[in-house]
Amino acid sequence: MEKPIRVLIAKPGLDGHDRGAKLIARALRDAGMEVIYTGLRQTPEQIVAAAVQEDVDVVGMSILSGAHNHLFPKVVELLKEQGVNDVLIIGGGVIPDEDIPGLKEAGLAEIFTPGTTTTQMIEYIKNNLKR
Amino acid sequence: MFDKEKLSQLKTSRENWEEKVLNKSLSKAPESKSEFKTGSGAPVKRLYTAEDVADIDYETEIGYPGQYPFTRGYQPTMFRGKPWTMRMYAGFATAEESNERYKYLVGQGSTGLSVAFDLPTQIGYDSDHSLAQGEVGKVGVAIDSLKDMEILFDGIPLDKVSTSMTINAPAAVLLAMYIAVAEKQGVSADKLRGTIQNDILKEYIARGTYIFPTEPSMRLITDIFEYCSKEVPKWNTISISGYHIREAGSTAAQEVGFTLADGIAYVEAAIKAGLDVDTFAPRLSFFFNAHNDLLEEVSKFRAARRLWAKIMKERFGAKSEKSMMLKFHTQTGGCTLTAQQPNNNIVRVAMQALAAVLGGTQSLHTNSRDEALALPTQDSVTIALRTQQIIASETGVTNTVDPLAGSYYVEAKTKEIEDQAMEYINKIDELGGAPRAIDLGFIQREISDSAYKYQMEIESLDRIVVGMNKYQVEEESPKGLLRVDPIVGEMQKKKIEDVKATRNNEAVTEKLQSLKKACENTDNVMPFILEAVKEYATLGEVCGVMREVFGEYEQAVLL
Amino acid sequence: MELINKMLTGDKRACARLITQVENDQTQAENIIREIQQYANNAHVIGITGPPGAGKSTLTDKLVKSYLKDNKKVGIIAIDPTSPYSGGSILGDRIRMQDLALDPNVFIRSMGTRGYLGGLSKSTKNAVKILDAAGYDIIIIETVGVGQSEVDIVKTADTVLMVMVPGLGDDIQSIKAGIMEIGDIFVVNKSDLFGADRTATEINMMLDLNQNMERRPPVVMVTASKNEGIDKLSQEVKQHIQYLHESGKLEEQRKKNLKIEIVELIETELRKIIMTHASSDSKLDKEVNAVLNKEKNVYDVRDEFLETIGK
Repeated sequence: MEKPIRVLIAKPGLDGHDRGAKLIARALRDAGMEVIYTGLRQTPEQIVAAAVQEDVDVVGMSILSGAHNHLFPKVVELLKEQGVNDVLIIGGGVIPDEDIPGLKEAGLAEIFTPGTTTTQMIEYIKNNLKR
Repeated sequence: MFDKEKLSQLKTSRENWEEKVLNKSLSKAPESKSEFKTGSGAPVKRLYTAEDVADIDYETEIGYPGQYPFTRGYQPTMFRGKPWTMRMYAGFATAEESNERYKYLVGQGSTGLSVAFDLPTQIGYDSDHSLAQGEVGKVGVAIDSLKDMEILFDGIPLDKVSTSMTINAPAAVLLAMYIAVAEKQGVSADKLRGTIQNDILKEYIARGTYIFPTEPSMRLITDIFEYCSKEVPKWNTISISGYHIREAGSTAAQEVGFTLADGIAYVEAAIKAGLDVDTFAPRLSFFFNAHNDLLEEVSKFRAARRLWAKIMKERFGAKSEKSMMLKFHTQTGGCTLTAQQPNNNIVRVAMQALAAVLGGTQSLHTNSRDEALALPTQDSVTIALRTQQIIASETGVTNTVDPLAGSYYVEAKTKEIEDQAMEYINKIDELGGAPRAIDLGFIQREISDSAYKYQMEIESLDRIVVGMNKYQVEEESPKGLLRVDPIVGEMQKKKIEDVKATRNNEAVTEKLQSLKKACENTDNVMPFILEAVKEYATLGEVCGVMREVFGEYEQAVLL
Repeated sequence: MELINKMLTGDKRACARLITQVENDQTQAENIIREIQQYANNAHVIGITGPPGAGKSTLTDKLVKSYLKDNKKVGIIAIDPTSPYSGGSILGDRIRMQDLALDPNVFIRSMGTRGYLGGLSKSTKNAVKILDAAGYDIIIIETVGVGQSEVDIVKTADTVLMVMVPGLGDDIQSIKAGIMEIGDIFVVNKSDLFGADRTATEINMMLDLNQNMERRPPVVMVTASKNEGIDKLSQEVKQHIQYLHESGKLEEQRKKNLKIEIVELIETELRKIIMTHASSDSKLDKEVNAVLNKEKNVYDVRDEFLETIGK
């Protein structure tokens, strides 16, 4: 039986720009992954609940509104609280380079900024799964 | 445009050229690609000649500026009279900071203000709402109550400026607050000039700051149309936006088709609500994107103008020419900006702005070079504004009206985009109109398909983005990006507490009750909202009442 | 197994992990199902099927909320198609159920069909068993929604809701053959849209044509997005459950479904044996050539095959 990689693609916060999130969802599907897309305006709590119930290998989040420093670490924290340690957590969006070290310290494995190709992202996911 | 004999002569001479000149050249030096495409992926021929515009009748299809079908512009003299309004959309975290900026601008002689609101405000949540955390003041100013609005426009004479507010789902509430502030200044509503975006359909399609379901949202919009036609007659009640549709990845033809389909839905809703088309249609305005492909974009603006004129005249039987004129604001394409080599964006923006001017825009916002990285710094904003001033003062393109008219390519392209947009409108009509087509996910899927194609072209290098997938360099990360102090959230919370402690809470409850009743019935809600905000009911409270009655929109997502 | 013990105490993560295991690994699946069988068979399983755009997810969302009011625990399995080209899928049904995600009494799981036809995924049945053992009282399966092939839901669900919407008038005609038999309750969703009454009338007429039914399915009008008609619908579901219990149909139906499940499992294994035999020394290819050259006929080939396998 095949074991597709399961990925949660989420839009935390109130930002409604989902072109990137949708593009990535499609690209990951075309790379053979099962993508759970949760739509707009997700709270960190909702994202974590979905990640747990869907038993995903990867949580990918996209924010373009500038709220990333608040919302990304919150999701990581809540996942830890639930004892989820084997999920690859990545983020993307309009995120200044100088914020990236802090986000990585907070537990995000990688941050993808504008210009990243879907191919790069797919490769990254395949090579960095935690289980 | 030509008689049959002339055309057949042209055909012969073209074939002659192809045989004798072209083929010889091709055999020696083949072209670089097998097919050439516009930025939207539409095929482009090697050469356009009079043959390509033979079916276009000059007088009925192109005509004269200021005259139906307005292909060449909505005014007879266009930029010879005065240049477009250089309207820079700007977001500042608090009402205090924004007010300072506005006062500065007004002091410099500016008469056009543009307000960007933060996301909680756009979605009808107060700054102390749990969903607002981390978002307060981030992409614009936070407005929680009339108090903030009073601070925002303190010392700015509202009868002297025109104010554009990028606000949609809670547009009625922000407009009411604006009217209330004006009243306190002693300015009556009939003197107020400005625009609210108020375009909910494109929020469902592309931008995402919706609150209520389609039906009550359309009602709020027609309530605003009706109220303003009587009380705020100089106010532009809607800015029907293709900008965000394009940003979400649509093609140029889709941008026109979907935007005008939204426009049709608003006109239909207003007519259904009993309004006469010529009372509200002159106050409709549009908002388009200026993307990379210069000539395609110019053609797009011209096509949109012609098609809307025809729709208003033929479909809705508008009598007033003012109802048929498509007037539009333009913003350069945010999604074309690259995070790599951000200075290149200055060049992109300049050419996009040029397209908007050649396309006859009424106002223009030029993006700043660093917007793919963060909110723009003051320096970047200044360069963006200077770009417009250079186009207006130095390039000479404003000297004559619609200078590209008559270009075989531009006229053929204008016609092509018009036809394709009309095809989309027909398809949407078949589905039952724009709201239904959105509900079915048709429009979103079309856009999403185009966006995916665009991205795959970039990744396969079929589409070159300079600095991103070609001509890359090693770069240091940019410094000095604008950041919003997280303290803003706390400050806003404190202000809400103060307002709630000092206002007449009984009156607030009472006004909110009346608003609730109005929502449940068919009364125009505008006066009730106005009453409530005057008592300092917060945006979240007013929207909360409406949420209770109307429910919330559920996104149709089809990938 | 530790995961099973955790799942039985209500640990959602354990429950989720077990579903992944039954989806991904046949051997593990069998071991898990063997272990949990004793805890299952308590839940009532509701299938929600109907064409794309019928609003199945929104309906599910609202129906679940009505069960939560009755203090029920609800498990949801939402199935979306897997791309036959890439093997990937986009599972987007949760979008309609955002408020439910955080409810302690709700568990939502999205599954891709992974090449399985019939509107469900191959592991749906086992996922139901896990949710059942985990103590969910009601389990709702939302099928892919591709129309005619959605017949598998009757083999898994106790109560099937067939969701229709106005504007698909012609489609009702074309799909009546297979579909009209599988609905225990017919739902006309988006009943505020023009043509809803006509859709209901058409369904009623078609149901009336079929005289052999032991129980005439009701037709319920709802507008799920506005939460209208949901009470009536959950009432009808309750009545159907009651009917199943009182008439002895529930046991009959479940027995029948178990029989089908067992036969299917045997078939799967037999097919594997056949394919192993056939592929050894490219035996099947040789036989095919023999038939093509008119040296043998298909029936003799079959008999010879069965004989070898029998040994």
